[in-house]
Amino acid sequence: MTTSAIAVTGLRKAFGDKTVLDGIDLDVPAGTVFSLLGPNGAGKTTTVNVLTTLTKADSGTVRVAGHDVATEAKAVRSAIGVTGQFAAVDELLTGRENLQLMVDLSPVTDDKRIVDNLLQRFDLAEAADKAAATYSGGMRRKLDLAMTLVGDPKIIFLDEPTTGLDPRSRRTMWTIIRELLADGVTIFLTTQYLDEADQLADQIAVLDKGRLVAQGTPEELKRQIPGTHVRFRFGSVEDLDTAARILPDSTRDDDALTLRVPSDGGTQSVRTLLDRLAEYSLDADEFSVNTPDLDDVFLALTGHDTAEVVAK
Amino acid sequence: MKNPSIVMLRRNLKHIARNPTSVFNAVLMPVVVMLMFVYMLGDAFSVGVPYVDYATPGMLLLAVCYGLGAVATAVNSDMTKGIINRFKVMDVPRGAVLTGHVIASVMTNLIAIAAIIGVAFALGFNPSASFAQWLAVIGLVVLLGLATGWLTVALGLFAKTPETAGLASVPLVMLPFFSSAIVPADKMGPGVKQFAQYQPFTPIIESLRGLLNGSPQTGDLIAAFAWCLGIAVVGYLWATSTFKKRA
Repeated sequence: MTTSAIAVTGLRKAFGDKTVLDGIDLDVPAGTVFSLLGPNGAGKTTTVNVLTTLTKADSGTVRVAGHDVATEAKAVRSAIGVTGQFAAVDELLTGRENLQLMVDLSPVTDDKRIVDNLLQRFDLAEAADKAAATYSGGMRRKLDLAMTLVGDPKIIFLDEPTTGLDPRSRRTMWTIIRELLADGVTIFLTTQYLDEADQLADQIAVLDKGRLVAQGTPEELKRQIPGTHVRFRFGSVEDLDTAARILPDSTRDDDALTLRVPSDGGTQSVRTLLDRLAEYSLDADEFSVNTPDLDDVFLALTGHDTAEVVAK
Repeated sequence: MKNPSIVMLRRNLKHIARNPTSVFNAVLMPVVVMLMFVYMLGDAFSVGVPYVDYATPGMLLLAVCYGLGAVATAVNSDMTKGIINRFKVMDVPRGAVLTGHVIASVMTNLIAIAAIIGVAFALGFNPSASFAQWLAVIGLVVLLGLATGWLTVALGLFAKTPETAGLASVPLVMLPFFSSAIVPADKMGPGVKQFAQYQPFTPIIESLRGLLNGSPQTGDLIAAFAWCLGIAVVGYLWATSTFKKRA
């Protein structure tokens, strides 16, 4: 029996006459990573703000760590840590001072080791006494997260923790998130990066224009779209016509002059396809083997780029 | 856990100490303006008394206002960078977060007015205020600092970006020039004259002037006190309600 760290039912929120969240239901078991995936403006940050007591919902119930965010905000706050969308570090203070500030404001006992340990753990010891303004984007993010961890929160909210980071810093952040999980915390993560959700999350919910359009494990979501396929792009409609005729089960896109053919992506089956094209002296300008990733899932579910997917 | 108000105040003071631009704007700019008006242009004004004696009260007020831009910007960047949200989630009382900014602002004001008074004496300032009247001067300046400080914190919370926050405080910096700070209101053109006579800074300046030359007018003092209190209450209510609403 697992317990819910976060349980949301029927969450609605509008700003003026603009509906931002239109009936969200979700459930995050304790000790797991939950990822809310969506493009800019989907309502991710508003969701985080409601879940972290910063914004009041118009309707629906939200329980975090077993407490209602509307009526027991204090109890919720003492159980959570939040790293917002922008690294909320004090740039005029040093890394050490930023962490000490959190210690001073938390109910934890003032112990020099808390700050030192966090600086060590996040690889910031060397820069500890420099102003945070001099830190790189990745270092700021790490400091931000370290500050969030000062009170030993059981549930951590990370709002787009890797947006704007270079690939190496992203991987570092991913490693840190996995370590947190190993310590038994629950993580609620928002991201616009599909590979990030794929890498980290136990459960993913796809948010689009204030609604959840899909929810499940990364594998379940991937199952909702067509499998591996090979894609050809041709130089003319005539070539596309011919290819579509000779390759069974293919799906064509006349605008892009592309043809997608189901295939397992193995050398044998790809060779068969290429041989078939050669038989008819067809030359494809472009050729690629595509395994479905969350991008495909996202496009399929939100319909923002339906050309390829609807045709299945 | 330490007293959050003291923790926040210490943070704000560190900010001021590490941000030379804010110190320059708050302390050096009023001194520069004072030197310009009194030392450079002072002989050109005929106001019936030595110009330094006439101008010093207005310069004290100017010194308070010049510090406000930095406060508005600082409050706004706390807001827009998510630092205030961080404090909110940590359950830091909103009083502590906002009061820290206001008290730090008043402390900067005090440094600035000390500088202005020092420069005034160097330029031959000759006040006839008693010790009690000096205390009243300081009291009124602190009250003004608190009032405009709360108003500025509200502006800072309300503005969308640090730049607009800084801009929003410009009227407060300009207002002293359209009061009796530099020249008496009745020497101004129509329209500006009436504005200068009835705007809040004029009774405050007249009160300071009266106190410093040893003959305060009760009417000015009451008006000055009422204006400060009014601005403080409006600023405080606006700031706390904006703080609650914005996330």
